[in-house]
Amino acid sequence: MMPSFFLAISIALTLVMILSLIRTVIGPTILDRILGGNIIGTKTTTLLLLIGLLYNDLSMFVDIALAYAMLNFIATLAASKFFLRRLGVFMEDSEREEIS
Amino acid sequence: MTILSILAVFFISLGLFFFFAGAVGLLRLPDFYSRLHAAGKCDSLAAVLVIVGIALYNLQPFSFGALLVSAKLVLIAVFVFITSPTATHAITEAALVLGVKPWTRKGRKRS
Repeated sequence: MMPSFFLAISIALTLVMILSLIRTVIGPTILDRILGGNIIGTKTTTLLLLIGLLYNDLSMFVDIALAYAMLNFIATLAASKFFLRRLGVFMEDSEREEIS
Repeated sequence: MTILSILAVFFISLGLFFFFAGAVGLLRLPDFYSRLHAAGKCDSLAAVLVIVGIALYNLQPFSFGALLVSAKLVLIAVFVFITSPTATHAITEAALVLGVKPWTRKGRKRS
């Protein structure tokens, strides 16, 4: 009974990830896309643990999920710092109006 | 069904609800800052709830190895609980420096 429950939760989590992916694709600014990627990465960390429960091998998937959480954090931080430096320095005021 | 399974089902279902609420807020809210508000908070809470539920279910045939794996799961939960607000703060700082304007009722004509 419990494996089918975890399978249903995994499928529902994938559908919620698709909802977040819509915002990542259509987002009006770059920062919306970075935020959507961060949210999808957090859901992926949880989904990896659920996959580990389904395969009855959670002790292996825990390390993968921890590494993925660290990678997601570093990627978000690096992307936001990169666009802070780059767009803040090289943009005119008229272009800065278009972002908002 | 033991008591740990019932607790695990409760925590994981509650976490899935908060994930769904965060995704709906990310899709429907009008502004970048409000989307950040909805997504950042719901996401960190839901991830911690689901991971705690998995850690409770994992303890069921109790052994030393299962206890070690559950301790690692709790460490992942603590890590997510620290780093998710930090990432949200970094994105907000980038948005403030870039000059993303907050949504107002009067400023509706700009979009």
